[in-house]
Amino acid sequence: METHINYQKLEKSTKTHRILRNIFVYTMLALWALMVLFPFYWMVLTSLKSYGTYNAEYIPKFFTLSPTLQNYADAFTAVPLGRYLVNTLLFTVVTTALMLVVTTLAAFAFARLEFRGKNLVFTLFLALMMIPNELVVITNFVTITDAGLRNSFTGLILPSVTSVFYIYLLRENFAQIPDTLYYAAKVDGTSDLRYLRRVMLPICRPTLITVAILKIIECWNSYVWPRLITDNPDYYLVSNGIQEIRENGFGRENIPAMMAAVVVISLPLILLFLVFRKKIMAGVSRGGIKG
Amino acid sequence: MKIVLQHLTKRFPSRGKKSHGEVTAVSDFNFEIPDGKLVGLLGPSGCGKSTTLNLICGLLSPTEGKIFFGSDDVTKLAPENRGVGLVFQNYALYPHLTVLKNIIFPLENLKGTAKLSKEEMRERAYQVAKLVQIEELMDRKPKELSGGQQQRVAIARALVKMPRVLLLDEPLSNLDARLRLQTREEIRRIQQETQITTIFVTHDQDEAMSISDLIVVMKDGIIQQIGAPQEVYDNPANLFVAKFLGTPPINIFLGTIRNNRLYIGEDAVLVVPDVPEGEVVVGIRPEGFLLTGNASLSCALKRLEVMGRDVSVVCANAACEGGTLRAIINAEGTPLPNTETVRFSLKPQKVFLFRKETGERIECNLVPLTEVK
Amino acid sequence: MEKQNRKAWLYLLPALLFLLVFMVYPLVDVLIYSFEEGYNSASQTFFGVGSYNYSYVLHDPYFLQALKNTFLLVVITVPVSTGLALFISVGLSSIKPLRNLFQTIYFLPYVTNTLAVGLVFMILFKKTAYSDGLVNLFLHWFGSPSVDFIEGSYGAKMFVLCFYTIWVVLPFKILVLTGALASVNQDYYNAARVDGTRRGRIFYRITLPMISPMIFYLIITGFIGAFKAYSDAVALFGTNLNAAGMNTIVGYVYDMLYGDSGGYPSYASAAAIILFVIVLTITCINLLVSKKHVHY
Repeated sequence: METHINYQKLEKSTKTHRILRNIFVYTMLALWALMVLFPFYWMVLTSLKSYGTYNAEYIPKFFTLSPTLQNYADAFTAVPLGRYLVNTLLFTVVTTALMLVVTTLAAFAFARLEFRGKNLVFTLFLALMMIPNELVVITNFVTITDAGLRNSFTGLILPSVTSVFYIYLLRENFAQIPDTLYYAAKVDGTSDLRYLRRVMLPICRPTLITVAILKIIECWNSYVWPRLITDNPDYYLVSNGIQEIRENGFGRENIPAMMAAVVVISLPLILLFLVFRKKIMAGVSRGGIKG
Repeated sequence: MKIVLQHLTKRFPSRGKKSHGEVTAVSDFNFEIPDGKLVGLLGPSGCGKSTTLNLICGLLSPTEGKIFFGSDDVTKLAPENRGVGLVFQNYALYPHLTVLKNIIFPLENLKGTAKLSKEEMRERAYQVAKLVQIEELMDRKPKELSGGQQQRVAIARALVKMPRVLLLDEPLSNLDARLRLQTREEIRRIQQETQITTIFVTHDQDEAMSISDLIVVMKDGIIQQIGAPQEVYDNPANLFVAKFLGTPPINIFLGTIRNNRLYIGEDAVLVVPDVPEGEVVVGIRPEGFLLTGNASLSCALKRLEVMGRDVSVVCANAACEGGTLRAIINAEGTPLPNTETVRFSLKPQKVFLFRKETGERIECNLVPLTEVK
Repeated sequence: MEKQNRKAWLYLLPALLFLLVFMVYPLVDVLIYSFEEGYNSASQTFFGVGSYNYSYVLHDPYFLQALKNTFLLVVITVPVSTGLALFISVGLSSIKPLRNLFQTIYFLPYVTNTLAVGLVFMILFKKTAYSDGLVNLFLHWFGSPSVDFIEGSYGAKMFVLCFYTIWVVLPFKILVLTGALASVNQDYYNAARVDGTRRGRIFYRITLPMISPMIFYLIITGFIGAFKAYSDAVALFGTNLNAAGMNTIVGYVYDMLYGDSGGYPSYASAAAIILFVIVLTITCINLLVSKKHVHY
């Protein structure tokens, strides 16, 4: 029968199409993966080449047979990389902790408490979300300078303690907790603060963790504000540190050592990402925008 | 288009915990659907009826077995080459397109000699729109339509390319009760006008019984019975089918066969000449009870529910599954019981015997007590 | 429920304080600054009020250069990165094996320090006395002469900046788009398949309209983000962006504020407000366009 032959041909061509398409898709995806991974590979590779080897390669080599950890030692001794790391860690931990407290309290007030002007204040808060940081950084710079807080952790931390966006995110999450839980706690004589601590926070833990991780990433990578507010290397964060290393570190152009520093700086966040992969990706797609 | 399923089997790799093996959704199906019939695939949720539908339309491919449309083996054919129309449970109307564009959509895919001009497409679209009575809605977007209207658009979209087979997945489950009655008549009418072989999936026995030419009762991936609705109702193949069909549901008793008599509790109710002695499961349709004659089955009256022409007599009986039975009695001409004990006699054609262990039907000849002396 | 005014304000107090000092007050202040002529940051005095700061900034060749750079960056990176992200996301959603691995890899740039990885890019592209660099090695393979991407021609430098910017912004876009694609009900695709719709047509007629809200969201945030580009440029070309001719508007603002050329908060404010107005205008245009083209 004629139709039979026709069917077999159709079936075959569909199958070939599918295989060809799959080959194409996987090739493209692998290419982009290579594009993403290559800088990381190059950074690790270069950091393992010795200064002499690296500079002797007019044509760069894609592997090294004599890896050395000397560059990592240099990165911690020749420039104060350790100092930068400790500074950043301190800055990140304190800022994130303070931010969590401040935003949680505000989000609780918006989600749970009734007060006059609540809607108006909340609307104003939301309006503030649209204000770009670039607009307010100028005055903040002047304010902090006038307060004599340049080159201090206080000056570094204060402006990044609140985030309207995270207040909004937490409020949405808090608002999902049924009111009956609150009334039940009230009947049992629980204070608001205790209710917040013992009921709301545990229930909203996933969101809190997401917010904390996003803030940590933001802090670890912050560059502009620290650059404006610090010119004493004792207070440099890693981003400023790496810029300083690039411009004045290691004498002239010790690129392998620079790469070692870059690896050390990048590693904590990459580890954090690999551990909390799902949480971070879910959190970012809910509204994290870099910067 | 005649549809033939041969040894059709679909196994899915089991998900979640790594319990070895697979889940069999459809197991060794064999049946033949004659051309131009409306067939209901009926069963509780998870019985494999949607899987069967997806196998027929080609969205899934079978693990074993073959599917024929007419004499063509379509088992390995991609869905687009099978010429089927499919109506989804949630309709799957493209939300960004108007009704007209939704209906035209399948036509725009036609290639080569089948290709249609713009005017022809419009004409075809309006033809089916007329058939399902939505001509005046053509410029609306799906979200501006009621559930019933969306359903019609979905059917129109499935019909517009003149499929050889029309498949409907739970076509009525997203509609409210009133619309459901109306729409099922509508499906029946459309099917009869177009004469396209149509298969629809449902878990509602009422729905399947009322409009199908043929119903296929399924459970756990296995076909229980195939037949015309009345035939299946009157002659269930096993306990599952008997229980699944009929509202109110069939009454189930534990009975015993002794001396060629069927006993429910201590009451001999019918004569069974040729069944070996022992315990059996007895199913009695609610309309199988009579208040007249030499009534033999005694029950304790709980209440009467008058429903116009009929009366529902609710009684307690220790041998009955759940402890209560419901009998439907024609109220006219019969004096309603007012004593604490009610006695029924039974219509033999409404009584079925099943094996206690397997639930299989025991084919036998039942005779009222009065006719045997 | 009775009002809990006092308590509520107490809970809000820390957030309010911080926002007032570091957001609301600066917002007003920056406007004032931008109109104070001849402000002297040492004596904190000014001569008069007027639009001189704006006209100074708009006539400053450095600002015009920054404006040009930023516009070029926006015009190139937003469409390219959105298109590329769409292409990759569609590819990602069409496969099952290795999908998670690819997704994880693609997201990596998001969690890396822009400055640090920028340094790696600089090294890959840079041509020095010792070595032409890796990218030039690839160019040699294709028979092209070496190009100095970091200190060479404007076009080469712009290319690197765009390339790096796209590399940095793609993770977010891919993440959002794969999410959007996954949320399209599978039934639509099944319906289209049963109707024999070709893949290309499914993509244009079903997938694109269904995810159009997310695409427009990405375009809008992409515009805003690209207009604020700064640290990518610093990472590649160093802090003295004016000298490299690769400054951006935000870079200009910071340079006016601080650093070797700093000490002019008035000019910085005027430039920042110009930037804000540009971004606002483009966002509004985007929203108007998207109203027409986003389907629901």
